[in-house]
Amino acid sequence: MRSASGPRSAALSRPTARRFGVATLALATGLGLAACSGTGAQPTGGGDTEAVSLDAVQLIAPADPGGGWDQTARALGEVLTSEDLVGKAPVENIGGAGGTVGLAALANEKDPATLMVTGLVMVGAVETNASQSRIEDVTPIARLTEEPLVVVVPSSSPYESVGDLVDAIVKDGAAISVTGGSAGGADHILAGMLVTEAGVDPADVPSTLNYIPNSGGGEAVTMLLGGTVQAGISGVGEFAEQVEAGELRALAVSSGEPSELLPEVPTLSDEGYDIELTNWRGLLAPPGIDDADREALVELVTELHASDAWTKTLADKGWSDAFLVGDEFQEFLDGNITEVTETLQTIGLVAK
Amino acid sequence: MDSLAALLEGFTTALQPQYLLYALFGVFVGTAVGVLPGIGPAMTVALLLPLTYSLDPTGALILFAGIYYGGMYGGSTTSILLNTPGESASIVTALEGNRMAKAGRGAAALATAAIGSFVAGTIATVLLTFLAPGIAKLAVQLGPADYFALMVVAFLTVGALLGSSVPRGLVSLGLGLMLGLVGTEVLSGQQRYTFGVPSLADGIDVVLIAVGLFALGETLYVASRLRHGAVQIIPVTRGWRSWMTRSDWRRSWKPWLRGTAIGFPIGTIPAGGADVATFLSYASERKLAKGRAREQFGRGAIEGVAGPEAANNAAAAGVLVPLLTLGLPTTATAAIIISAFQSYGIRPGPLLFENQSGLVWALIASLYIGNVLLLVLNLPLVGMWVKVLRIPRPYLYAGILAFAGLGAYALHFNVFDTLTLLVVGIAGFLMRRYGYPVAPMVVGGILGPMAEEQVRKSMAISQGDLLYLVHSPFAIIAYSTMAVIVLTGIWLKRRRAKLEAAPKLVPTSAIQAIDEPTK
Repeated sequence: MRSASGPRSAALSRPTARRFGVATLALATGLGLAACSGTGAQPTGGGDTEAVSLDAVQLIAPADPGGGWDQTARALGEVLTSEDLVGKAPVENIGGAGGTVGLAALANEKDPATLMVTGLVMVGAVETNASQSRIEDVTPIARLTEEPLVVVVPSSSPYESVGDLVDAIVKDGAAISVTGGSAGGADHILAGMLVTEAGVDPADVPSTLNYIPNSGGGEAVTMLLGGTVQAGISGVGEFAEQVEAGELRALAVSSGEPSELLPEVPTLSDEGYDIELTNWRGLLAPPGIDDADREALVELVTELHASDAWTKTLADKGWSDAFLVGDEFQEFLDGNITEVTETLQTIGLVAK
Repeated sequence: MDSLAALLEGFTTALQPQYLLYALFGVFVGTAVGVLPGIGPAMTVALLLPLTYSLDPTGALILFAGIYYGGMYGGSTTSILLNTPGESASIVTALEGNRMAKAGRGAAALATAAIGSFVAGTIATVLLTFLAPGIAKLAVQLGPADYFALMVVAFLTVGALLGSSVPRGLVSLGLGLMLGLVGTEVLSGQQRYTFGVPSLADGIDVVLIAVGLFALGETLYVASRLRHGAVQIIPVTRGWRSWMTRSDWRRSWKPWLRGTAIGFPIGTIPAGGADVATFLSYASERKLAKGRAREQFGRGAIEGVAGPEAANNAAAAGVLVPLLTLGLPTTATAAIIISAFQSYGIRPGPLLFENQSGLVWALIASLYIGNVLLLVLNLPLVGMWVKVLRIPRPYLYAGILAFAGLGAYALHFNVFDTLTLLVVGIAGFLMRRYGYPVAPMVVGGILGPMAEEQVRKSMAISQGDLLYLVHSPFAIIAYSTMAVIVLTGIWLKRRRAKLEAAPKLVPTSAIQAIDEPTK
């Protein structure tokens, strides 16, 4: 219902109505609220033949304010305008259903000067939510950042290496519970990949892997510290402090290279598992835009990546640079979608 | 006493004139945005966070604390005056607060909310200063089975909200539980009752249920009866002396303290949350109320505003315990506080107090200052806010409907939410029309999904062993306390029935005279 005639497409013909909610807030406070009050004229998009005007670019955060995607979008908007790469870069939040509500809106977007934040979570959510709009339908632009995942156990745990833990899961099955983020999210997928890699028959994976998902932030840490579960998987940022404090023991990180936050921790491939899965974030553009429009967006993002302000933002936020554009990004994305879909089927969240 | 010295140092930083101005500005802006219906503190803080980016970390944190408290108080104001709570924790405030406003005691409700928030915030900040590390260690020991025990206790207290007809109350509760089922199931990631609508995948926001039932349903109901005779004008008292009478003070101070005692510990529990604390506080005030106050419950009892508001604020300070000592964000607002910390290059966690102690204590001191300034700014404004109610009814109700719709849209900037609000509002109107209480439905919508998640997790961890639910000391204590309370209640009821069967010796008018000394 929403994907067919979403409010965005209706709002496009009335650019002022689109920002009504936020604009009212801004009026109410009597303040500019620079980062979110995106009122004002913005090219409503030319025909298919016209090149993108880079006076302005509309940024979509497919999540509510406060989360990682929202922060990425707002940081992008700030750097794009402060470096004068574009005149205006307002952020619009279209949250819900792991980003697939935003994806549906992007699929109906007609203005080619639009960039939506995306990432691994959306790749999984498209499958678990059986979303009508798929990432393959829209135009991939770039990968920007990534965060490795880390496998941890409480410091009192008998498991000293990721091999110990996985062997125990294979042997004892559901008696070993593993916690992390939402069902079908990056953490769950990595757990599924580990168990599959260890040689468990795909048909037995759902009964072997006892994964306890959490909807709220911090709940995984609580369960680990309280000894409720035996192991946890999450982004390095969520566990790093507890690892440094000696409360949790990090067994392995999921990136190709050791993580900057936890440089001492081996990678999964060091430990003999041929797995690489990072929580990446990137940018998508509307479907069916012509090559000139696409080139203009790629160029804009490349300029952004080269700027000192972006380097500083990455350092401030603790994001690792993982810049990838063009065919390389397309190739990465295709591989990622295949891998994630297969794992979701194996762990039993998506029907084959 | 290290923490005391550090706190004083924090105060010397936060009390500099320019920081005081930031705090005042933050409280003002926070209140102004928080007062918009449908916009809770988390949303307020998220929207105003960019304002803090250009300041130095201390200034930013102080501005932030002001916005946080302002946003929370602004939410209570609309709950009381317009019956449009912006977040689940101020839903209970709307229950009694709005009745008080309709009875012309809106100023007293706003004042007891403001002063109660101040008292609770003050005590909770002191507790935070001295007890944070110890409490945090205890709180992480609680697992899903313990949270489930807490939810069961909260569910039983719903009995207080069921209204005069228990079957109708249960129907309403059941409707709420049903709405709570909509969305993605936590453990399996499967969607239930979403009918393929992506906007339903995250469930129906409880704010929509509350605003729909309370504000829309009530407004439609009153509007539908406007043609039956003259419109009753909502009286508004004048002068600041009438905000709180001596009896209001007498009836408020104990609920403030009890609310704090309930709110702070529950706030520190990683899955507690302020909403559960407000329910428990409301239920205990209702249970403890005597005489005239007991009769007033459901018609605007000041205890029912004072207690939950204090519990809400104390829980908000309690939430900082796991946040600052363990880096655990346990509410939406706390998650935004973490992202604010990160933008200053600070990672909250067990080492925060050691690595960034100056900043942490400046934050705690600024929370305290924010609390004081909130009182300074808002008490004089109470009179102004209450005047909202003097707007002629048709305009007032049109305004409530418009603001409720706008607030629903502002939740996720999504028109679908406004439509959902309309549907829930019509349901609320029908329920009101046919005498079904709406509060249990809201409670079911909030507590149902929480309880389900915890019991599902318990079962997954224990692989289906039901005994796991009572394996921990906390759960055992919670269930035993509950059993004792229920049994005592039954026993007291029987005893009262026996006493009432005996002839009455004192004329009722004499009792009334004692109960109402002020009149």
